[in-house]
Amino acid sequence: MKFDWSAVGAFLPTFWNGVLVTLQALALGSLIAFGLGLVWALAQRSSLKVVRWPVTALTEFVRNTPLLVQLFFLFYVMPEWGVTLSALATGVIGLGLHYSTYTAEVYRSGIDGVPAGQWEAAIALSLPRRRTWTAVILPQAIRRVAPALGNYVIAMLKDSPMLFAIGVLEMLGEARQFSSQTFQTVEPYTVVGVAFIAIAYPASLLLRALERRLVR
Amino acid sequence: MSADRSTPNTPPADGTDAAASASASGQTELIRFDKVTKRFGSHTVLDALDMKVYPGKHVTLIGPSGSGKTTILRLMMTLLKPDEGTIKLGDRYLTHEDKGGKLVPASDRYSREIRKNIGMVFQQFNLFPNMKVLRNITEAPVHVLGMDKDAAEQRARELLDLVGLTAHLDKYPSQLSGGQQQRVAIARALAMRPQVLLLDEVTSALDPELVAGVLDLLRDIAHSTDITMLCVTHEMNFARDISDCVMMFDAGRVIEFGPPEQIFTAPEHERTREFLSAVR
Ligand SMILES: Nc1ncnc2c1ncn2[C@@H]1O[C@H](COP(=O)(O)OP(=O)(O)OP(=O)(O)O)[C@@H](O)[C@H]1O
Ligand SMILES: [Mg+2]
Repeated sequence: MKFDWSAVGAFLPTFWNGVLVTLQALALGSLIAFGLGLVWALAQRSSLKVVRWPVTALTEFVRNTPLLVQLFFLFYVMPEWGVTLSALATGVIGLGLHYSTYTAEVYRSGIDGVPAGQWEAAIALSLPRRRTWTAVILPQAIRRVAPALGNYVIAMLKDSPMLFAIGVLEMLGEARQFSSQTFQTVEPYTVVGVAFIAIAYPASLLLRALERRLVR
Repeated sequence: MSADRSTPNTPPADGTDAAASASASGQTELIRFDKVTKRFGSHTVLDALDMKVYPGKHVTLIGPSGSGKTTILRLMMTLLKPDEGTIKLGDRYLTHEDKGGKLVPASDRYSREIRKNIGMVFQQFNLFPNMKVLRNITEAPVHVLGMDKDAAEQRARELLDLVGLTAHLDKYPSQLSGGQQQRVAIARALAMRPQVLLLDEVTSALDPELVAGVLDLLRDIAHSTDITMLCVTHEMNFARDISDCVMMFDAGRVIEFGPPEQIFTAPEHERTREFLSAVR
């Protein structure tokens, strides 16, 4: 088997499109996962059972079913309900929702890790509830768990090829399309594999540096 | 409640009265505990405690470990709720709301409103590590009292000057020594201009060489302001210096109280004598 460098060259233009789609899905998916996860984490600390219960049920359900099944569900069932979104938008929502159930746990451990004395100091100063969360508890909790959140971004990157299953042309999708048109397989898949490493490895180094900085 | 328990609980109520009456005659009490009971599970930590503190007085609580001193301060700060009894600050209840003549447990909003008048300094400082020194001090005045940011910073600078830390206003708490952190915590509490300052063993977590600085600062504050202080300490010399009244606790009851000269030189109770000789 010969590695054909010219095939790499031919693949590159569409490959860049795939890279952009992957990064887009990752960025938007992360935003959803970070935002929604925080909502779940706070809802699970609510004093109201009617808030806590459904959220616990939903997050347990989503966390314990495969992402691929959720993607298919969103892609084929949402239109039945009259919600039609592009494949990429559906994929981003699926990825973000799935990972929000993990980030929720991360936030939760971060919040639990803030010493009781911080709550007590906030009470002793009569800080309003909302201000206590936004100025005292969450900044400390998030700082604690930033590296763990970052790990989920990397995990999400590695799960992003699943979007191909609902027709999103991210990196893997472009490779697949290229190989079915040119019958060259080794080159495009090699490029994609290298690209994943090229993104994930520096990202994990960055995370480790962040971790070292945060643990002061 | 058994008879032998009710008796020792009664005198402090009048006694603090008496002890404080020399300079506070005619004044009404600022803090008043009425039959306050606090239990943790089946363990009764405070048993129908009565206590009064007059405005501007400095009261020190002493007693062996586990006797309930911290519990009293935490009740006062509304960090704990009493199982029975009431606590009043001035003419308002701390623990209850008066709704048309009926006492109902205080709501969150009501508690927050009334506890603005109370400040607390903790053994472990509990500064906010994510905020610089200056913002630790301005945070509550700005967001609780609605103070203008510049005015709050101006006041924070004055307080930092008082506690001798002007040079450190731009640092994070983790960059300060324990003694410096505790002085910031004192400034933070004072920034709210509380009527009552609660101090719970504020030097216990400090290295020995840092204790004196913090105690000197508190002496200064005690002597130069009319703030009412409720202070738990194992530093007997400090207690003697700043207190108008010393209360000796044992097993959740005040067994003896009085001006410091009396408690430290001529204690009446055997338990007090034992305790004092143990801590000296
Ligand atoms: N949150 C809690 N849960 C259960 N028991 C508690 C709790 N807080 C205090 N106690 C118990 O209540 C009793 C009184 O505690 P408190 O902290 O008021 O004592 P203290 O006089 O401050 O003692 P020290 O001098 O050691 O600080 C102790 O027996 C303690 O074990
Ligand atoms: Mg204590």
